[in-house]
Amino acid sequence: MIRVALPHHLRTLAGVGKEVEFQVDGPPTLGAVLDAVEARFPMLRGTIRDQVTGQRRPFIRFFACGQDLSHAPLDAVLPDPVVQGAEPFRIVGAMAGG
Amino acid sequence: MSRVRVLVGTRKGAFILTSNAKRKRWQVSGPHFAGWEIYHMNGSPADPDRLYASQSTGWFGQLIQRSNDGGQTWEAVGNKFAYDGVPGTHQWYDGTQHPWEFKRVWRLEPSLTDPDTVYAGVEDAALFRSSDGGQTWQELPGLRDVKGHLWQPGAGGMCLHTILLDPSDPRRIFVAISAAGAFRTDDGGETWRPINRGLKSPYELPDPDAEVGHCVHNLAMHPSRPGVLFMQKHWDVMRSDDAGDSWNEVSGNLPTDFGFPIAVHAHEPETVYVVPIKSDSEHYPPDGKLRVYRSRSGGNEWEALAKGLPQSDCYVNVLRSALAVDSLDACGVYFGTTGGQVYASPDGGDSWTAIVRDLPPVLSVEVQTLP
Repeated sequence: MIRVALPHHLRTLAGVGKEVEFQVDGPPTLGAVLDAVEARFPMLRGTIRDQVTGQRRPFIRFFACGQDLSHAPLDAVLPDPVVQGAEPFRIVGAMAGG
Repeated sequence: MSRVRVLVGTRKGAFILTSNAKRKRWQVSGPHFAGWEIYHMNGSPADPDRLYASQSTGWFGQLIQRSNDGGQTWEAVGNKFAYDGVPGTHQWYDGTQHPWEFKRVWRLEPSLTDPDTVYAGVEDAALFRSSDGGQTWQELPGLRDVKGHLWQPGAGGMCLHTILLDPSDPRRIFVAISAAGAFRTDDGGETWRPINRGLKSPYELPDPDAEVGHCVHNLAMHPSRPGVLFMQKHWDVMRSDDAGDSWNEVSGNLPTDFGFPIAVHAHEPETVYVVPIKSDSEHYPPDGKLRVYRSRSGGNEWEALAKGLPQSDCYVNVLRSALAVDSLDACGVYFGTTGGQVYASPDGGDSWTAIVRDLPPVLSVEVQTLP
């Protein structure tokens, strides 16, 4: 199981707690996890990545195991601790205050 | 007994204010969608419990929310706004052409007859329509064919902020776009024409009489006379008696003709309201006095309405979608400020009280009169 931690506002939108677990079929890539999140929670489509371009929204970050995966390609395989469920894959609203 | 429901969009959530026909005591519900910008919230004339809300933030983009119970519960519906075909380009600040990019929904205008049909005015400027209660959205691309390559964003963004549906002709729609102008379709949105003849922008445009490029801030219409339009332009208050084919200035004795919103009395088609703002760079009332101005003659002669409004040290703004009327007798008038106040007048503007004083900056105010 891959654990995905959502930011506060997306938890509220999806009506879930801090973490959601996903079983990903096929290679456990960044893209596969994002696809799984959007498939189970259609109301989150467009909030993490643009629906038309598929690009990550500018103020969204992907963190895991102390690494910033925001710029990783969608076919990048997630770190082993994330795949094993020992660490969460974190979707984060970036610091964007003033 | 009739009731009133005031739908308030703010920088940090939505609020719903309700009262009976006396409009003395108010219940405040909210914040709904706490922390999100609610550019606009509007109810269906055909089913007043069907509401739509435009919810967005810089982090998570655009969502559309729908309620079937007057705003007690909400459901996120479709938020995919894809421009039709190849989006094309418009004028950019440096004179180059820039691709159309969706940013947010400024305006939601439900059909007058079908609760599942709703129009969305968006930035970068375009008009979308949904016929399935907001689940899917399709652009009406003919609008951007009207010299869209010449449109250029103003300081507030290149937004389609005003949509007026003609109650006498379902095929006629008016829209207004910041720094592009006003436009009309007579065939249900297939083809459009600019309706900017008579607008003058001598300081903003190299050709003061240009066909497009005028910064229209807001349009208003009385449903009994859909051919008569009122406009608050960047500067100038304007009137058209031929559905926008030509415009005449009716600023008259206003202390300044800059402003954002404009509204028409529910029962008196010649009674019009504006909120004069000092200038294009000083977005607050003249002399620190918050005053709504009312004309009972369709423009030109205006009277200040100040009873109950702050008359010293007031430097708030009233944004383009933040002025609305109810349809009770006497007509109620409402507006919200960037200081977080929502003022109500149950007597057509003669006197005002604040329903709430400390909301986040108010972006929009709509009013529903309920049986």
